[in-house]
Amino acid sequence: MSGMGLMWANLFRRKTRTFLTLFSLLVAFLLFVLLRAVAEPFAGGGVSVDGADRLVVTSKYSIIDLLPLSQLGEIQRVPGVEGVTHQTWFGGNYQDPANFFPKYPVEPRAYFDMYPEFAIDPAQLDAFENTRTGIVVEEGLLARFGWNIGDRIPIQGDIWSLKDGSRLWQFDLVGTYRHRDPGEAAPVALLMHYDYFDEARSFEEGAVGWYTVRVSDPEQAPAIAGAIDALFKNSPNPTKTSTEAEFARSFAAQIGDIALMATGILSAVFFTILLLTANTMSQSLRERIPELAVLKTVGFSDARTSLLVVGESVLLCLIGALLGVGLGASVLPAASVVTQQFMGPVSMSVDIFVQSVAFAVVLGLVVGALPALTAQRLRIVDALRRG
Amino acid sequence: MAIVDLSEVRKSYVKGREEVEVLTGIDLAVEEADFLALMGPSGSGKTTLLNIIGGIDSATSGSVQVSGQDLAAMSRRQLAKWRSENIGFVFQFYNLLPVLSARRNVELPLLLTKLSGKQRRSNADTALEIVGLEDRARHKPGELSGGQQQRVAIARAIVADAPILVCDEPTGDLDRDTADEILELLEILNRDHGKTIVMVTHDPKAASHARHVVHLDKGQLSTGTDEEAA
Ligand SMILES: Nc1ncnc2c1ncn2[C@@H]1O[C@H](COP(=O)(O)OP(=O)(O)OP(=O)(O)O)[C@@H](O)[C@H]1O
Ligand SMILES: [Mg+2]
Repeated sequence: MSGMGLMWANLFRRKTRTFLTLFSLLVAFLLFVLLRAVAEPFAGGGVSVDGADRLVVTSKYSIIDLLPLSQLGEIQRVPGVEGVTHQTWFGGNYQDPANFFPKYPVEPRAYFDMYPEFAIDPAQLDAFENTRTGIVVEEGLLARFGWNIGDRIPIQGDIWSLKDGSRLWQFDLVGTYRHRDPGEAAPVALLMHYDYFDEARSFEEGAVGWYTVRVSDPEQAPAIAGAIDALFKNSPNPTKTSTEAEFARSFAAQIGDIALMATGILSAVFFTILLLTANTMSQSLRERIPELAVLKTVGFSDARTSLLVVGESVLLCLIGALLGVGLGASVLPAASVVTQQFMGPVSMSVDIFVQSVAFAVVLGLVVGALPALTAQRLRIVDALRRG
Repeated sequence: MAIVDLSEVRKSYVKGREEVEVLTGIDLAVEEADFLALMGPSGSGKTTLLNIIGGIDSATSGSVQVSGQDLAAMSRRQLAKWRSENIGFVFQFYNLLPVLSARRNVELPLLLTKLSGKQRRSNADTALEIVGLEDRARHKPGELSGGQQQRVAIARAIVADAPILVCDEPTGDLDRDTADEILELLEILNRDHGKTIVMVTHDPKAASHARHVVHLDKGQLSTGTDEEAA
């Protein structure tokens, strides 16, 4: 037996009480892990401010409403506009809805001109442009699904069906793209040829999801956005144009609210856990006063006795934390399937693990501080007399 | 020099405005390898005196020399270490830790030594053998009889090789036969292992196992009955 063994044995003197406390610690740390995992992708600004020189043109009424392709030429002619291209939401599943990632019909060359931060091999871009059923994907998808260049990739359409009424789209994988900066990740997506998509689909021919516009002078972006919207104000398809940076800002503001809410929930949960665990520890201490006196009698110093008590409390919190973190790590992959659809994947990180452990230690120290002080000050003869 | 040497030891408690003097000038010398029984009426200060000898309580005044150390001059931390090396305690109600097995209870004082885990366990087993409980090493106190628990407590008191045992009514909670067994064990420890024993008891039959008996009454020792023990 060691000092550790002694703490361990003491911890489980009242099994039910210890298990209940462990359970509440587990729940608290599970919650911590899940909320941190959700908040983490947005920590530190998150959204890139790339593309202050890009505008996004959507339907005025709803982002889901489509716009006629005929607007492209008109936008192109607005003074200050340097380039225009368009994208559409495809939806669809590869094998299983759980394998979610966005898929967009695009204009191959115009798309990569619009997003110079994405790198693609020139030969692959040529192949993309020249293969009607060609697609390129973010390079991480190859490993994720075991794809190779040259593979035929079936996608089950949900929004879009083919002219023959079927929904099984077949594409040929001709290339991959990545972020030009090796330290950054490009958004995960599948890009297909708009021309093929438009020709093959059974309805809404000639419609696109939204336009992306590059302006020559970012300072002029608001004025140009106004000019574009004025152009279509009285048409059947009025538009709403905003800068990508604005998009990012409003998005980040919403995330800020979420982070604040998560912090609030966590504070409340941990305050409750603090009281609960503190109660467990002080109850267990009160029962044990004569035993602590015995330890001191046989020669345990005041410091050593109080260390045993605080160690026990840290041990309790650590076990609870590890159980919670373990459970969190095992449910996150499942949670990720859901969250991926609207905010990207969530996962357990080393950071979250380290934070949890640090949190558990601090919690244990706070909870154990008062009992430890009591143990430290305990006078042997008084305690023995009481027992 | 005597292994326990008290002179002019006084102990008083302040209760409210009143000061109650429990020990009023105790002179006591216990030679090495002696077995002393300390008798006296309830409330006469026997436990108080024993605790002062064992270094878990302090005298209000007077000199307390045990194992050649002046206890009044030591800090709490020094006293704790000194106790672990010099004193084995045996209480009336055994005072074992209920969550630990017999072996682990006995091992407890060894956690303060530099012994390896293996050595600690083997020393604990030896101590359990001496008290005749080697086959109960894995039992928790709740699974042992009173007499067995007291044997475990005695094993704990001797495991670190302390030369002095202080026992506060070690048989007070036991029936006659079991009490006799415990007293015989103490006699063996005194006779064969050279332990100096100071034992508080109410029971004249228990006191008869000791080499000497002293009486404490009204804060004073009377040593007139020195050689009445067998
Ligand atoms: N902490 C204390 N505060 C005040 N009075 C105390 C304290 N401890 C002991 N006393 C008093 O000191 C006296 C001696 O107590 P002690 O426990 O030494 O007696 P004892 O001889 O061991 O009695 P018993 O045979 O009942 O165990 C008692 O009157 C007791 O009330
Ligand atoms: Mg007493």
